[in-house]
Amino acid sequence: MKTLTKQPTAPKQTGASAISRRNFLRVSALTGGGMMLGFEMLAKAIPEVAADEVLFTPNAYLVIDPKGIVTLMAPNPEIGQGVKTALPMLLAEELDVDWKKVVVTQAPFDAVKYGNQSAGGSGAVRSRWESARKAGAIARHMLVAAAAQTWNVPVEECYTETGFVIHKPSGRKLNYGELTEKASAMPVPEKVTFKDPKDYKIIGKRIPNVDNKAIITGKPLYGIDTRREGMFFTLVARPPAFGKKLKSYDDSETLKVPGVKKVVRWDNVVAVLATNTWAAWKGRDALKLVYEDDSPLESTADHEAAFKKLIQHKADKPAREDGNAEQALAGAKKVIESVYEVPVVSHAPMEPINFFAHYKDGSCELYGPTQVPGRARADVAKALGIPEDKVTLGLPRQGGGFGRKLRTDNAVEAAMISKIAEAPIQMMWTREDDMQGDFYRPSSMFRYRAAIDENNELTGWYVIAAGLNNGRPAIAENFPAGSISNFRVDNHNLSSNIPTGPWRAPTHNSVAFAEQCFIDEIAHELKKDPVAFRLELLEKAKSLGLKINYNIPKFRGVIEKAAEMSNWGKNTPGRFKGFSAYFSFSTYVAEVAEVSVVNGKLKVHKVWAAVDCGQVVNLSGAENQVEGAIIDGLGHAWHTKLTFDKGAVVEKNFQTYKFMRLQDAPPEIEVKFIESHDSPTGLGEPGLPPIAAAVCNAIFAATGKRIRKLPFGEEI
Amino acid sequence: MASFQLNINNKKVTVDVAPDTPLLWVLRDELNLVGTKYGCGVAQCGACTVLINDRAVRSCTLPVSAVRDSKVVTIEGLSENGDHPVQQAWEEVDVPQCGYCQGGQILSAVALLKQKPKPTDEDIDAAMTNICRCGTYVRIRKAIHLASEKGGNG
Repeated sequence: MKTLTKQPTAPKQTGASAISRRNFLRVSALTGGGMMLGFEMLAKAIPEVAADEVLFTPNAYLVIDPKGIVTLMAPNPEIGQGVKTALPMLLAEELDVDWKKVVVTQAPFDAVKYGNQSAGGSGAVRSRWESARKAGAIARHMLVAAAAQTWNVPVEECYTETGFVIHKPSGRKLNYGELTEKASAMPVPEKVTFKDPKDYKIIGKRIPNVDNKAIITGKPLYGIDTRREGMFFTLVARPPAFGKKLKSYDDSETLKVPGVKKVVRWDNVVAVLATNTWAAWKGRDALKLVYEDDSPLESTADHEAAFKKLIQHKADKPAREDGNAEQALAGAKKVIESVYEVPVVSHAPMEPINFFAHYKDGSCELYGPTQVPGRARADVAKALGIPEDKVTLGLPRQGGGFGRKLRTDNAVEAAMISKIAEAPIQMMWTREDDMQGDFYRPSSMFRYRAAIDENNELTGWYVIAAGLNNGRPAIAENFPAGSISNFRVDNHNLSSNIPTGPWRAPTHNSVAFAEQCFIDEIAHELKKDPVAFRLELLEKAKSLGLKINYNIPKFRGVIEKAAEMSNWGKNTPGRFKGFSAYFSFSTYVAEVAEVSVVNGKLKVHKVWAAVDCGQVVNLSGAENQVEGAIIDGLGHAWHTKLTFDKGAVVEKNFQTYKFMRLQDAPPEIEVKFIESHDSPTGLGEPGLPPIAAAVCNAIFAATGKRIRKLPFGEEI
Repeated sequence: MASFQLNINNKKVTVDVAPDTPLLWVLRDELNLVGTKYGCGVAQCGACTVLINDRAVRSCTLPVSAVRDSKVVTIEGLSENGDHPVQQAWEEVDVPQCGYCQGGQILSAVALLKQKPKPTDEDIDAAMTNICRCGTYVRIRKAIHLASEKGGNG
């Protein structure tokens, strides 16, 4: 990269670079894909800038041009969690610019410049809270230093205000654009001061999704929209069941389909390359495929039967043991015992699995949906047998992730097919392929026992859990751990050849349902209010002094807030409430569901959620995440399961694999965030785990019926 | 293969495709109108929704041969500048998360408001059957009411 360096006296720590617009656009164009739109926008926004004018780029995250146009990089993949808006907000706040005047663009994949560019574990904002604000603050300090030098005044006499540096004593001001050249020559400060949260103008405000306009006008934002010269639309035939592999295939009929150009095999996959999707589809249907058994053909009924046995067995080693839960149960006046079951579900992001790949002469160009670009590039390089630096990867907006795109199978499959077929391809899976080809949310079963003594006190808790390819289905540290003196968690893993993987709020999404329902059961048995009972347990956790992973005041805070918001304890006639509270990804969420059940039909009228996620970055985006997580969790609890019959999925598409529709969604969801300036914690996932139990506990309040198996289905 | 003359977004276009090709793939692969999305291929999710003579239709199961001279409107052709009242409402309420289904949602809402300019919640329940995997339903409902107030039948 050729740059114009205009910092003759710059000390060695200078990291700022000044580059001309011409070079900048040229370099940007080379990075391809997702960058293009952003820089076209930038170019359009500043058409009158001369090619040799100097841009201020103190780091990889932001660019300021001489007209004061600020371009901010969104480093992490956008999968619907809002980071393309939230991360640039952090930069803009500390840079101190007018949000309405910034241009946001997706950063290219470049691990050296941008560090970990992933989307998972509700971690993007958490992990970049310091570094993104610092990148903005560094630029602000350099602009102030440049202005102070221009005016020959002390830096301390200058401050910034939305895109201007102002000299306080004289009232002189310069906009950032006028300072680009001089600021580029300033040393990069080692230490920066952050804004006082009370002065925030962007963080914590409602900022609309930066891609809204492009989304509502149908712009080609997604990997699946990729169109390249000479590209083939490619569909693949994949094994019809786990446990089967491809023995042979006959493509003679396929090659007769007009538009089909090539058929290739990679591993167990037969790919049909065509000039349009429909030809590839018909060509794929015309393949004669012969499969053979490779490993056992498993069914859901087998898993359930195995779970039922496992949960009767004490584990060799407990995942956690405080006191002696078995003794407490043996000496109890009363034992409450319940078994909870959670099924396998699929991620089924709306944008089906796809990837553009073009392998040529030992290099590979990739463009497509992934939550882990670094891993995708490494896995593709390994599969192709080429160095990682020969693989380029563009980051499009993604039509949902939910954990599915933490696996890189789609990128590898596309790359290998491109290599074998010697052609650029846009590989797409049909929805049926996706349902049969996922890494599913593992099923699990939980057997809870609670010991109640003669004083009507909870003295023991013992859960034995089993999970499909999941060795820790009952999370040992979870509340109420620490609040009960005799407490034991046993976990069993059931190995399976059905691939499983992280699904939004992994494990939390299942265990939260089971334990938050069981806590409700205990409260009712003890004739205690479910909210008061939880607060009482938290008090006990304080006094027992056992090891806990949660913060008692924060947990208490969301429980009390949700109770207050929902007017807990008072019901509208015919409507009933259920409570649930859960801690995950360092965030505390309490939820109350208000339901009615009429003639076996459930209606969820309203959900209240109190959330403590530290400092809220984008209020609108944050609310949207919590609303969506509630609907996601509720929809899956209500309608969704995936069943296997001899290795094949039974629910092959959305006629039988049921998603929540608008008519079942609560008409109202009220979300309140606990006011906090603590560093932000996770938010894409934590709203999901509590909702299933909140609704099931409300159903119990309405009907007296305990729901212990998901999904609870259409008839209550 | 056969030649079909279509009316897409007020423009006459001719495509040469197999007669059973679903309109969805004609739009996406032949005309490069990729705002219409594939989600399920079985008329369940509604990501492929287009307007045909002002009615919301799932284009993934509609053969191009059945379209004839109907007026087809895709999300790209809903308005010149992305300022149809329903689009405006979507922006104002900040509806999208991943955004993939929203073109279809918007067109379903436009069709609803053509039929019922002042829809009740029950009307919205009945008409809006598109899946949003991110769960933006609360905001979709709100945006439809807002579009209705703005005179959303365009």
